[in-house]
Amino acid sequence: MSLTDKLFILFGGICALLGIASAIGFALSRKVTSENGRATVDNLNARIRAWWVMVAIFALSFGLGRGVTVVLFALTSFYTLREFISLTPTRGADHLPLVAAFYVLLPLQYWLIWTDWYALFTILVPVYGFLLLPSLAALKGDADAFLLRVSRIQWGLMLTVYCISHAPALLTLDIPGRPREGFLLLFFLITVAQFSDVMQYVFGKLFGRTKVAPVISPSKTVEGLVGGGLSAVAAGAGLWWITPFTPLEAAAMALAIVAMGFLGGLSLSAVKRSMGVKDWGTMISGHGGVLDRMDSLSFAAPVFFHLTRYFYT
Amino acid sequence: MIDLVLIGLTRFLVGGQARWIGASPDMRQRIYFANHASHLDTLLIWSALPRQLRGSTHPIAAADYWGKGKVRRHIALKVLNAVLVDRATQGPPGAALAPLRGVLAEGESLVLFPEGTRGNERLPGPFKSGLYWLSQEFPEVELIPTYLDNPSRAFPKGTFLPVPISCTVRFGAPLLRRAGEEKDAFLDRARAAVGALASDPVS
Repeated sequence: MSLTDKLFILFGGICALLGIASAIGFALSRKVTSENGRATVDNLNARIRAWWVMVAIFALSFGLGRGVTVVLFALTSFYTLREFISLTPTRGADHLPLVAAFYVLLPLQYWLIWTDWYALFTILVPVYGFLLLPSLAALKGDADAFLLRVSRIQWGLMLTVYCISHAPALLTLDIPGRPREGFLLLFFLITVAQFSDVMQYVFGKLFGRTKVAPVISPSKTVEGLVGGGLSAVAAGAGLWWITPFTPLEAAAMALAIVAMGFLGGLSLSAVKRSMGVKDWGTMISGHGGVLDRMDSLSFAAPVFFHLTRYFYT
Repeated sequence: MIDLVLIGLTRFLVGGQARWIGASPDMRQRIYFANHASHLDTLLIWSALPRQLRGSTHPIAAADYWGKGKVRRHIALKVLNAVLVDRATQGPPGAALAPLRGVLAEGESLVLFPEGTRGNERLPGPFKSGLYWLSQEFPEVELIPTYLDNPSRAFPKGTFLPVPISCTVRFGAPLLRRAGEEKDAFLDRARAAVGALASDPVS
């Protein structure tokens, strides 16, 4: 089976799943009448509609090739960094580090993926960004809350640019005997991470009783985590045929993605809570901001990238 | 064509979504008066207005910034429908208002930054008197307090390049006129109406 055939089947499968979800959403919208229930169902349907759009964007970028996919993720980093910085109290003296983050480090990080310069890709933000940002901030001569301000920008950059860029970096991996199959690894990562989020939401809504972290994220429950996590692991195992993994290895990889995704969602909920907001933005209707959809992926991408790179290339 | 590019750029860089909190977009003749924090402000309000309102709404822009250079001047006059005002004008009080009166007399709307200069604070500084004189001369024009959130962070004074930080444009309820109100009391009330929009009641 060729790469195109596989991608065709995979996106066909996703469309079928979304079709079922849309049908269920439509049925629910006719059945549910209570005010509380209506709000939930309306939100559910908004989420499903947004999923159609997101899947269409991904299918299109995959179809158009590596360059477009890298640009798509660069834009994702751009918007998530914008959301992060918008909610972070920066001030005038932070302008120069922000200019460097948005206009130099972000494009450079993605250019390094495009040119496949792995050695610099892995250290650009954690080493050179780490050194550059405080230097630029210090030049402004404002020492007030200096460490706090510099850390915030560095943290945002690590999360939204460095971590997220590990997803498209999968396209650069050379797996023996499997040329150009980075797209399939990327598909695997995104599908498992997002499916885990969706199923945790579904299981949480249906059976959720015991809260995992009531202070940080009241919507995360043990039932949701276990039910959603296991579904995503099963889905990952079922996708073994598109990866270099055996079914058991695929399940283990999916488990790593689910675990990191859960920790990412939890950590970013804590950040949001500390800032006093519920969502990162309003860009994706029903979901919140782009970062609300990317939180789990941002934590899962680097780990999945390195596991695959270490064991399979 | 240029207007679409400008709106696209604004959305991409700083968002600039409109929130109509106390007023709704309407063809009625209005003076939108806003806090002033950056050179993005004119662009932000202009791109937050619905298309139908953009043509008949004229931002007041400082000639010493928007009148400089061919491109900027063209954008200010032809795309943003701006009225360029020379901030250094000397003369009797209210003399600088002549071009603004002209716009209002033709039944069109204005966007005004009554602080007259860009500030760095969240809340607006003292207002100049222009808004008061115009509100007296044109009593039927609605006065809409407008708050720009974040442009001072996205494009601080003294920098050359804006950074992507989401800004919102909040339109509040029309400021009512009170019979016999003194100039200073009116200006304080107008300023407070803009400041009241700083803490967003919606999100």
